Amino acid sequence: MSPLLAVRGLSVAFPAREGRVEALRDVSFDLAAGERLAVIGESGSGKTTLGLALAGLLPTSAIVAGIVDWPGLGRAPSAGRDIGFVFQDPGASLDPLMTVGEQVAEVAEAHLGLSRRQARAAAVDRLSEVGLPEPAELAHAWPHQLSGGQRQRVAIAAALAGEPRLLIADEPTSALDTIVQARIVALLARLSAERRLALVFISHDIALAAGLAERIAVFRHGGLVEIGPAAETVRAPRQLYTRMLLDAHLGLEADA
Amino acid sequence: MSRAFALLRRRLLGSIPVLLLVVVGTFLMLEAAPGDAVDAYLATSGGGDAALIAALREAWGLDRSLLARLAAYLWSLAHLDLGWSVTFSRPVLEIILERLPTTLLLMGSATALSFGLGAALGIVAGARPGSAADRLLSAGSLALYAVPGFWLGLVLLVLFSVELRWLPSGGIESIASGLSGFARAADVARHLVLPVTALGLIYMALYLRVMRAGMAEAWRMEFALAARARGIPRRRIVLRHIARNALLPLVTMLGLQSAQMLGGSVVIETVFSVPGLGRLAGEAVSSRDTPLLIGIILMSAVLVIVVNLAVDWLYGLLDPRVLAPGPA
Amino acid sequence: MSGLRRLLGAPGGLLGVALLAAFLLAALLAPLAFPGDPQAIAGPPLLRPFADAAWPLGTDRLGRDVAAELAHGARTSLAVGLVAAAAALALGSLVGTLSGFAGGVLDEMLMRITEAFQTVPGFLLALAFVSSVGPSLAVLSAAIALAAWTGPARLARAEVLSIRARDYVAAARVAGMHPVEIALREVLPNALPPVLALASVIVAQAILAEAALSFLGLGDPNRVTWGGMIAEGRTVLRSAPFLSIVPGLALVAAVLGVHLTGEAAVEAQAARRSLA
Repeated sequence: MSPLLAVRGLSVAFPAREGRVEALRDVSFDLAAGERLAVIGESGSGKTTLGLALAGLLPTSAIVAGIVDWPGLGRAPSAGRDIGFVFQDPGASLDPLMTVGEQVAEVAEAHLGLSRRQARAAAVDRLSEVGLPEPAELAHAWPHQLSGGQRQRVAIAAALAGEPRLLIADEPTSALDTIVQARIVALLARLSAERRLALVFISHDIALAAGLAERIAVFRHGGLVEIGPAAETVRAPRQLYTRMLLDAHLGLEADA
Repeated sequence: MSRAFALLRRRLLGSIPVLLLVVVGTFLMLEAAPGDAVDAYLATSGGGDAALIAALREAWGLDRSLLARLAAYLWSLAHLDLGWSVTFSRPVLEIILERLPTTLLLMGSATALSFGLGAALGIVAGARPGSAADRLLSAGSLALYAVPGFWLGLVLLVLFSVELRWLPSGGIESIASGLSGFARAADVARHLVLPVTALGLIYMALYLRVMRAGMAEAWRMEFALAARARGIPRRRIVLRHIARNALLPLVTMLGLQSAQMLGGSVVIETVFSVPGLGRLAGEAVSSRDTPLLIGIILMSAVLVIVVNLAVDWLYGLLDPRVLAPGPA
Repeated sequence: MSGLRRLLGAPGGLLGVALLAAFLLAALLAPLAFPGDPQAIAGPPLLRPFADAAWPLGTDRLGRDVAAELAHGARTSLAVGLVAAAAALALGSLVGTLSGFAGGVLDEMLMRITEAFQTVPGFLLALAFVSSVGPSLAVLSAAIALAAWTGPARLARAEVLSIRARDYVAAARVAGMHPVEIALREVLPNALPPVLALASVIVAQAILAEAALSFLGLGDPNRVTWGGMIAEGRTVLRSAPFLSIVPGLALVAAVLGVHLTGEAAVEAQAARRSLA
């Protein structure tokens, strides 16, 4: 079976005052339909650049080499329709001047060929799907009236409104407190299973990622250090760097 | 809704001491001037003897102490009596109210022109920061921002009134035209085209620049990237997200700009002989009519306060964060 | 040196500096290039520009040399622009720093006064002030400053409030520095740069305000002013529009020069800060 996504030799660089800064170096991997992949690394490892590159959101100044292929699609993937994207800070990724229902509805309207009214109804369905209570009422709320966890659910609903087959979540839980964090991760797991939605979960938290993903990809300095089944990677990391990340996490737990 | 009223009430109460400061400040400043209305009157009427001077001073209350005159002025203000204009031999309030509609018409039209056109061109410039349209509009607005309004008025006058003879050169309507209804409105509109353009274009440049800067800032916000990630059409991102957010600082500017524009209307009304408050201020200055000048300044301050209240209300409508409660 | 290069390299910077330099040169060299009274009759009246080399920009209704008037007018514009802007910035920074640093009742009072000044149209205030005290260069500058100090005051106050919360001020307080000393030595120097960035805008506004006041006949009667020249030309607007248009162009060029130079300077400053 051909994968949903095939990445081959992907490199991304940004022009700098002297020469260029390489953010991603020769990265290759496959992603199967409905598969959950965790992308782990410290800040500056290139994991966010990978997310933006997959979604086609790199700034125009970026210098890109390599291939991101969608074998089953037969056309270039488009943002929102084939790929949903969830950002780290749900407060910043929602327009403060538009009701949350409208922000979900405009995605459905843009991609599903729905009328304004149908799109509104679809938005309420999506808000319900991501586990928000009384979605019909909540659709009329403004972002500032919601809690951080609720906002992230709205952002996920907006990312799903175009019925994409891949969801990229860039540190979707780091701005939230621990309990809410666990609930959002559970929501992503449920959505992935129910919709056969492929998931790229970008995180610095290897333990959180291991609980969600089937495979883990570890990044360092823009390169893919190792990729493998989640349980195996956590139990027996092949690379020293992965071991270090695990130890750092355990040390943190021991302190707490 | 009660939140809206509470806000409104707080602003209204806050404006009372401000208005009082304006009255006292203006009164003291003009009283500190050498010479008074009697001197000015005598200068125009060709002098008079000491007895006449004393009689006039007493009749106009100029022989009393400064504090007594201030107290008397405040007392009459409380009764909506703005005093007596020596130049026009009429109550100040009456003259001002007579001239007010013309100025409101001029200012309203000029504000609509400058805000509307400035915002629209700001959207064109800010839709793609750094594009050719952006650079052209930014340079053009900077050049326009350097143009004095009264000079632009004269140039427009030479061009459209003297050379092309398309538009009347001054006044607010044709004298003794006998027009009424729609024909009269059209006649007034024709007279207003040049002064409104001269006044509006200058301030348009400022709105354009602020709108453009606001759009550039909105593009840097994460919700702009998020909207792109959701595949929202670019046109909709520009209009519904970027421009909508950039409009807020523009609206807050309206209040301060209304004060600026009232000042600018003094020269514009003089250039085009528009019988409004601005030209009245010029007349009050040249005839040293202190009560009239204070009255005009006071009325302008009241206008500015009213505009600011309206702007606050408008802002509340545009920004849900002002009136709607946050998370429980 | 690299600062100057960056200034000239910024978009519009070169044009701005050129316009500003022409304005400054005209103002400084006017007494040398056009000695004698510019308001004296120098030739036949209403001579068109470029018609006679002796009067390159023509003559006005009374036969005064327009070029000489223009150069001497630049002196007035420059003087009022600089003095008024300096006064407005000084007064504004003082009030803003005081207000932000003192807080409490004094802050409340100063802010109410600032609000009162912002409520009155600035030009109307300047008009009333000049008309009551009498037109002279100093009075005009004071009047314009009176209408322009509120912007710098509000900005200075906001800067002071944000700086006051920072660590080094707290450290100075712990070290036992007197509040006035902290205000003058730690807070003011740090609050000043953003306020000074307003300088070009205020100079430009002051030049325009002086022109408008002179246009209304409230300029210094002993000096040539561009606004006064435009008003003079207005009486023969139909037959000799150049008499109003030429000084207006000079005004636009000077103000544009100030704006462009100021903008380029702020950009160059920002570029330097991002390099550091």
